[in-house]
Amino acid sequence: MTDVLQLLVYGIVLGSILTLGAIGVSMIFGILRFAHFAHGDFMTVGAYIGLAAVTATGGSIWLALPAGMLGTAVVAVIIDQVLYRRIRRKQPVILLISSFGMALALRSLVQLIWGPDNQNYASGIQLPWRIEGIAVKPDHVTIVVAAIALVVTLHLFLTRTRLGKAMRAMSDNMDLALITGIPAERVIMATWIMAGAMAAAAGVFLGIDTRLHPVMGWTVLLPVFASAIVGGIGRPYGAIAGGMVIGIAMEMSTLFIDPAYKLAVAFAIMVVMLIVRPQGIFKGTV
Amino acid sequence: MSLLDARGVYGGYGGADILNGTSIQLDRDEIVVIVGPNGAGKSTMMKAIFGLVRIRKGQVHFNGGDITNGKPQDMVGRGIAYVPQERNVFPSMTVKENLEMGAYLLKDDIRPRLDKVYDVFPKLRERRNQPAGLMSGGERQMVAMGRALMIDPVLLMLDEPTAGLSPLLIDDTFARIREIAALGIGVLMVEQNAKQALGIASRGYVLATGENRYEDTGPNLLANREVAEMFLGG
Amino acid sequence: MELIGFLHYLISFLTFAGIYGILALGLNMQWGFSGQFNIGVAGFFAIGAYTSAILTTPGSPAYLGGFGMPFLVGVAGATLASTILGVLIGLITARLRTDYLAIATIGIAEIIRLLIKNEDWLTNGVRGIAGIDRPMAGWGMGLDTPIAFLVVVLLFVALTYYLVERARVSPWGRVQRAIRENEPASAASGKDIARFRLRAFVAGSAIMGLGGALYAHYFGFLSPEAFRPLYGTFLVWVMLIAGGSGNNRGALLGAVVIWALWSGSELLTSMLPSDMATRAGALRVLIIGVLLQVILVTRPEGILPEKAPRLPGKDRK
Repeated sequence: MTDVLQLLVYGIVLGSILTLGAIGVSMIFGILRFAHFAHGDFMTVGAYIGLAAVTATGGSIWLALPAGMLGTAVVAVIIDQVLYRRIRRKQPVILLISSFGMALALRSLVQLIWGPDNQNYASGIQLPWRIEGIAVKPDHVTIVVAAIALVVTLHLFLTRTRLGKAMRAMSDNMDLALITGIPAERVIMATWIMAGAMAAAAGVFLGIDTRLHPVMGWTVLLPVFASAIVGGIGRPYGAIAGGMVIGIAMEMSTLFIDPAYKLAVAFAIMVVMLIVRPQGIFKGTV
Repeated sequence: MSLLDARGVYGGYGGADILNGTSIQLDRDEIVVIVGPNGAGKSTMMKAIFGLVRIRKGQVHFNGGDITNGKPQDMVGRGIAYVPQERNVFPSMTVKENLEMGAYLLKDDIRPRLDKVYDVFPKLRERRNQPAGLMSGGERQMVAMGRALMIDPVLLMLDEPTAGLSPLLIDDTFARIREIAALGIGVLMVEQNAKQALGIASRGYVLATGENRYEDTGPNLLANREVAEMFLGG
Repeated sequence: MELIGFLHYLISFLTFAGIYGILALGLNMQWGFSGQFNIGVAGFFAIGAYTSAILTTPGSPAYLGGFGMPFLVGVAGATLASTILGVLIGLITARLRTDYLAIATIGIAEIIRLLIKNEDWLTNGVRGIAGIDRPMAGWGMGLDTPIAFLVVVLLFVALTYYLVERARVSPWGRVQRAIRENEPASAASGKDIARFRLRAFVAGSAIMGLGGALYAHYFGFLSPEAFRPLYGTFLVWVMLIAGGSGNNRGALLGAVVIWALWSGSELLTSMLPSDMATRAGALRVLIIGVLLQVILVTRPEGILPEKAPRLPGKDRK
C-alpha cells in the first residue's frame, strides 16, 4: 500500500509538470491548429534560462521560475513573429515540420551554450519528509503548490479578462471569432506568451525534480501531447485532467512494468483515447 | 443614397465564380430578403459583402464608403454585424460570454448593451450563465443574434435565421426580427422559408445561378405567380 | 596518397548518400505522395537494421541471433518487419488527422529506441550488435571491398527509384495525389481514402526498412545511438524538403546535397580540438535546422519541385 501511495506522490508531481506543458500545447493546437513539436524544447529552454539566471546572480533556485518564464515567453513570440507567422500565412501544412526543426535547433542551441552534460540547479540531496512511511521531498510540495498557483492564475486570466476570453473564443470557433472582429494576431501573440511561460515553468520544475539535460524536454514531449489529447484539445481544464491521468498512470505503471517503458504507457493511453474518444475527456476539438 | 450598395459582384471560393454580377441594395429602414433555389449563391453573396468570400469584380459600398473585400474587423467597426447559419455561437462559453465577445472591439461599459439585448431576448437573461453549446437550436439562434446586436449595428446580416427551427419558433424569430428592424437597424436576410420571410420584408431579391432574377417589394413578389411557382415552393 | 584517401571518402560518401536516398524515397511515398507526416522515420529505419542484423549475424550467448542467414534474407526480413510496423501504425492512424499521425510516429520511434536499449536479450542493448558482414564477405577474389558494396547500394537505389517512379505515374499514384491535394473534394469515400493512405504509408515503411538493412551491413555495427531522431528522422526530412517533396529525383538529389553539407561540416569540425567536439556537433545540427527553416520560408517546394506526371497519350508540352 505504501508503494502505491508513494507512486501516487510521484505521479502527482509528474502530473503537475505535464499539466503545465499540456496547457500550452492544447491552446496552440486549439487556436493555431497545429501540433507544436518544439514545445518540449521550450521547456528545456525555460529550464536553462532559469539556470543562467540562478548561476549569474547566485540567488535562490526559485529565481529560475520567473526568469525562465519571461525568457521563454520572449523566445516564443520571436519564433512566431519571425518564422511561424510567415509559414502559416502561406502553407500551414508545413508548420509541423517547421516546429520539428525548431525543436532540434533549440536543443542544439542549448547544448552549444551549456554543453551536453547533466546539470543541476543546486548541489546536494534534499532530505525528504516522511509521512506514514511515504517520502515527500519539500521540492515536491513546492512544485505542486506552484503549479496549482500558476493554473489558478491562468484560469482567472481565461475567465476574467477580455483577452483570455477571446483566446477561449478563438479556440472554440475560430471562424466566428474572426467574424466578431476579435483581433486574431493579438490573441495569437498572447497565446504564445502564455504557452511559452507555462512550458518554461514545467521545464524549471522538471529540472528541480530531476536534472537538466539538453533533451529533457524532448523526452517528456510525448507524455505532454498525451495529456493534451486525453484532456481534450483546446480545453485548458482538460489539460489538467489529462496531465494528472498520464502522470499518475506513468508512475503507477512501474508496479507492473519496467520503469524504462513509462513512455510506452503514456503512448498506449493516448492511442486508446484517439481510437475510442478522440475529443478527449472534456470534448475538445478533434 | 442607399445604406448598402453592392453592384455587379462576381466572385467565389477560388475556382469558378458562384456570383455572376449580383447586385443588392438596402436602405436604412428596410428589411431586405434574399431568396432563391439551393445553390443560387444567396449565402455566398452575403459572405462576399462581409468580406468572407473574395470579390473578383464589382463593388460594395456602405454608408458611402468602399468596403469591397474588407476585413471583418473593419466591418464591425462600421456597424455591420453578420450571423452565419451554422456554428454561430461559442459552445463552451456561457451566453453572457458569447454576448461579451460580440462587443469585444468596443471600449465602453458593456452593461447597457447587455441590457438592451436582454430586452429583445428575455430568455437570454434567464440563461446567461449557461454554456451556449448546451442550448436548443432556437435558443442558440437567439444567442447568435444577440451577439451581433451587441455592437448596436447599423446593418444586421442574417444567414437563414430560421433554419432547422419548429414552426412556432420560426414565427417567433420573424417577430423578433421585426422588433429589431423597428429599432432602426437595417436587416439583410437570406431565407429558405421564403414565403414567411417575404411576408415581413420591405423588399426582396430572387437569385438564381448567381444572378438577380427578380427584385420587388415583399408583397409584390408574393403575389407574382411565376416567382411563386418557380422559387417559393410550398 | 591523398588521392586514395579522397577516393575512400568519396565511396563512403556515396554509399551513405545512397542509403539516405532510399530513406528519402520511402518518406516521399508517405509525405510527398499522400501527405502523411511520419516523424518517426528512425523507428522504421531501426527495425529494418536490427532485423537484418539479427537474422544474418553469427550467434552470441548475449543476445538472440545466430541464424547466420545470407544478406538477401536479412534484407527481405528487414523489409517485412518494417512493413508490419507500418501496417500496425497505419491502421491506428490512417483515419486521424495528420497531426495525430505525426505524434503517434514520434511515439513509436521513441518506444522502439527504448526497446532496443532495454531488451538486451534481443539487441544486446547499448552494447550494440557487431560483426554484421557485407554480402560479399567470404566470396574471396578480393570482392569484399567498399566499392563493391557501393555497387550493391546503388543497385538497390536504382531498383527502389524505378518502383516508386512507376507508382507515381500509375493511376494509383494519381489518386494519392488527388487525396493529398484536395481531400474533401476527391470522389473517394472516407473508407477508401484511409485505405489509400495506408497503402502509401506501408510502402514507404517497407522502403525505410530496406534502407535500414543496407545501413546495418555497411556500417557493420549497430547501436541505439545511430537511431536518434536527429540522424534517423530529421536529416531525412531536410533531405526531402530541400530536394523537393513529391519528386523522387528531388528526394535523391536532396539526399546527396544535404549529406554533402552534413559530412562536409563534419570534416571541418573534426579539425577542431576534441573537447570542442560535442559543441561543434551541436553547431552543425543548429545550422541544418536553420537551413530547414530558411527553405520552408523561401522555397518550400525544394530544388526540384513536383511535376504532375504526363498522362498517357498526351503530347509533350
